Amino acid sequence: MATSFTLNGKSQTVDVSPDMPLLWVLRDTLNMTGTKFGCGMALCGACTVHINGEATRSCITAISSVAGKKITTIEGLSADGSHPVQQAWMEEDVPQCGYCQSGQIMSAVALLSKKPNPTDTDIDDAMSGNICRCGTYQRIRKAIHRAASMQAGKAKSAA
Amino acid sequence: MAVASVVNRRDFLKTGAAGGVALVIGFHLSPRAFADQGADQEKKTTNPFDAWVRITPDNRVTLILGKSEMGQGIMTALPMILAEELCVDWKQVKVQQAPTNPKIYDLGTGGSGSVAGSWLPLRRAGAAAREMLIAAAAQKWEVTADTCKAANGQVVHGNPKRYLSYGELVEAAAKLPIPNLNTIPLKNSNDFDIVGHNTRRFEGRDKATGAAKFGIDSRVPGMLYAVVARCPVFGGKVASFDATKAKAVPGVRDVIQFETSGRGASITGGVAVLADNSWAAIQGRKALEVKWDEGPAAKESSAELHKQFLANAAKPGKVVRNDGDADSVLGSSSKKIEAAYELPFAPHACMEPMNCTVQIRPDGAEAWVPTQAPQWAQGVIAEATKLPPEKVIVHTTLMGGGFGRRYQADFVMEAAQVAAKAAGKPVMVLWSREDDMQHDFYRPASYHKLQGALDANGNLAAWKHFQTSTSIAAKWSQKGAEDSGLGEFGSGATIPYVTPNLRIEYTLAESSVPRAWWRSVEHSSSGFVVESFIDELAAAAGQDPLEFRLKIIGGDRKIPMFGGEKEPPLDTARLKGVLQLAAEKAGWGKPLPKGQGRGIATFYSFNSYTAAVAEASVKDGAIKVHRLVYAVDCGRPINPEGIRAQVESAAIYGLSAALHDAITIKDGRVEQSNFNDYQMPRISETPLTEVHVVMSKEEPTGIGEPGLPVVTPAVCNAIFAATGKRLRRLPIRTEDLA
Repeated sequence: MATSFTLNGKSQTVDVSPDMPLLWVLRDTLNMTGTKFGCGMALCGACTVHINGEATRSCITAISSVAGKKITTIEGLSADGSHPVQQAWMEEDVPQCGYCQSGQIMSAVALLSKKPNPTDTDIDDAMSGNICRCGTYQRIRKAIHRAASMQAGKAKSAA
Repeated sequence: MAVASVVNRRDFLKTGAAGGVALVIGFHLSPRAFADQGADQEKKTTNPFDAWVRITPDNRVTLILGKSEMGQGIMTALPMILAEELCVDWKQVKVQQAPTNPKIYDLGTGGSGSVAGSWLPLRRAGAAAREMLIAAAAQKWEVTADTCKAANGQVVHGNPKRYLSYGELVEAAAKLPIPNLNTIPLKNSNDFDIVGHNTRRFEGRDKATGAAKFGIDSRVPGMLYAVVARCPVFGGKVASFDATKAKAVPGVRDVIQFETSGRGASITGGVAVLADNSWAAIQGRKALEVKWDEGPAAKESSAELHKQFLANAAKPGKVVRNDGDADSVLGSSSKKIEAAYELPFAPHACMEPMNCTVQIRPDGAEAWVPTQAPQWAQGVIAEATKLPPEKVIVHTTLMGGGFGRRYQADFVMEAAQVAAKAAGKPVMVLWSREDDMQHDFYRPASYHKLQGALDANGNLAAWKHFQTSTSIAAKWSQKGAEDSGLGEFGSGATIPYVTPNLRIEYTLAESSVPRAWWRSVEHSSSGFVVESFIDELAAAAGQDPLEFRLKIIGGDRKIPMFGGEKEPPLDTARLKGVLQLAAEKAGWGKPLPKGQGRGIATFYSFNSYTAAVAEASVKDGAIKVHRLVYAVDCGRPINPEGIRAQVESAAIYGLSAALHDAITIKDGRVEQSNFNDYQMPRISETPLTEVHVVMSKEEPTGIGEPGLPVVTPAVCNAIFAATGKRLRRLPIRTEDLA
């Protein structure tokens, strides 16, 4: 069955089983491997993407449910790694093995779009669904605060 | 270390790894300090070189060696070392996986040994290349080499200065003899401008943009995705299966039964469902009907294992070490304590589930494997495909965590067997989280009985440590269960605390559960047990836990590692150094908010010294770790920021096996399946962690694992300080806190 949606700003149609999760459509059908498989049950957050701006676990999201919606993946965040959250991730040297970090970054971007200046509690609430086996949590926290100040700086200079 | 001869350079050039014109220097990495079981997994060859530096006319420097990047930072630390001596920007040095040619023996990555084993060899290779490039420039300019200098990837001479880039010199330098690597002059460490400086991860950008390619991201034209039905009981076999419903799932292409056996196999085989995509394969496996012959292990359970532990502990074990006469001192002592500790099986739970992609052609095979042991992977693929090993190319990919799990070859063996039956189609065998959780090689489950006696002055009069466990050696050693048991203690058999009477005993516990190297291996259990019991002795002596440790470590001396005489001895001055540094930075002895306690622990592992102070409290039956302060001495720090990251990571990894769940067995199968019933630490539980790195000038030693053994005892000792409750079994249970 054909399903159409907007993927990273471009329209996209796939012809797959309607119950196939978005994760596997991205990874296996479209070869966009930045979004990761971790648990298949929305328990670890490695597969996090944005659907209409909301952080969503793509591993349990049937492709049929995203028809007509706007999907952003890690590949769509910036063309060159220049998104403030990605920059903050590099500056705080967050990744170790790096496998969970696409999902962490997508969750962090969604948080900052709602709360541009999050508290530690806000960060705990928004990021607790994302597991990092390398335990980079302390740096994730720092990077989110850094990204928040970078974005605030940008907003100020634009104003 | 040997000097590279022309013959061996030719061997290397023939592998195709060298490319066109290049300056190539072969060298040999130092053997790492790693469990014997690891070393004898792979067949050794006699080729003296296992690592290479290649400099090409485009000014690129490539370091070719069999080291895998799994998050520990070797793609950053190793180029830093080479670049330091070579006088280039470290980012100019790219790490390339050595081709798995049996002639170029590939050591694999484990035992926290990459930096330690590469430090001197890399410096010497870098210095040799630097001297050859300087000599080539001197010849061109017709001056003496001692009037030329290397800097920033160029050779410089004269006033006004003239320059030749390394790239311009490669062709001439490659014709020069390679200097003796053993006597090559090395840089004075006071002149280091890369080594010892905080450096951000080389591949950090790729990992922040989704561009990094892990094993699971391998894509080969025409490939199929496979998932495997395995017997949930260890050692069970396929009795029969019906693939009708599986084959009816849209996208499913084939269903294949296969067998695995021999060294490294974790299962006897299974049934693979091959499909156009991962989802269809997963759906196909759900529809597959398999009857299992579960075999004798179906009777096993954690409850039975616990009974076995207790029965073993009621009898004397095999004597691993016996100094003095601990038994009679314990028998007659008026101040003695005894305690039992228990640790469960623990899973690696790498975020990237196991996977392996294999393509078999009539003339050879190619595989994309997230592996710590590419040479072993090559061997099992060769065996499965009946190809000679040199016809099997293994591409080592980035990996989403290793922690020892990816030193195994079981997942490679499966993929090779499935691909061998897939009619020439490339196949990725992908594990689900449940597969990964239930078919791991777990950290052994163990039970420990500790006895200690104090003399009238509060010194340690006797120490006795009995352990029974599902040993790693019994699973892996060619000698099988005849192993002495020493390997299950590690540094636990060489405690740094002075006592004239020390007795270590071991009894093997039988189990079919696969087990192997989990981050920090035996030190994860020994650290918890030894450092908890020392804390109990401090309390029994009525002394401060820090003061007690310092007192019974005693004077500065070097303690030989029991049973590991070739390893560097434990230097008590360095151990006391980290203890005191951690205590000072943590504010040991200063008041804490009400309800919080402070605990300390120290341990020597992988030739590195660590100490940690934890601040923790209990609220509503749950532990909260507020702060962790670490001091680590791993010799000369190459990348201090990388060291801090590894220790922060090891702390969370250690806590993952202490704070929440255990891997438990019932009816011969693992009861846990995913992150709902095996909880991982989350960001909200992460303590504020400080890592203080000793700026030592000693030889660099390991850091991927040594941060782990101290975290659990430090936290449990903090809970004791806060509540008076002594925690002796992991994971920590609510009822033990009440």
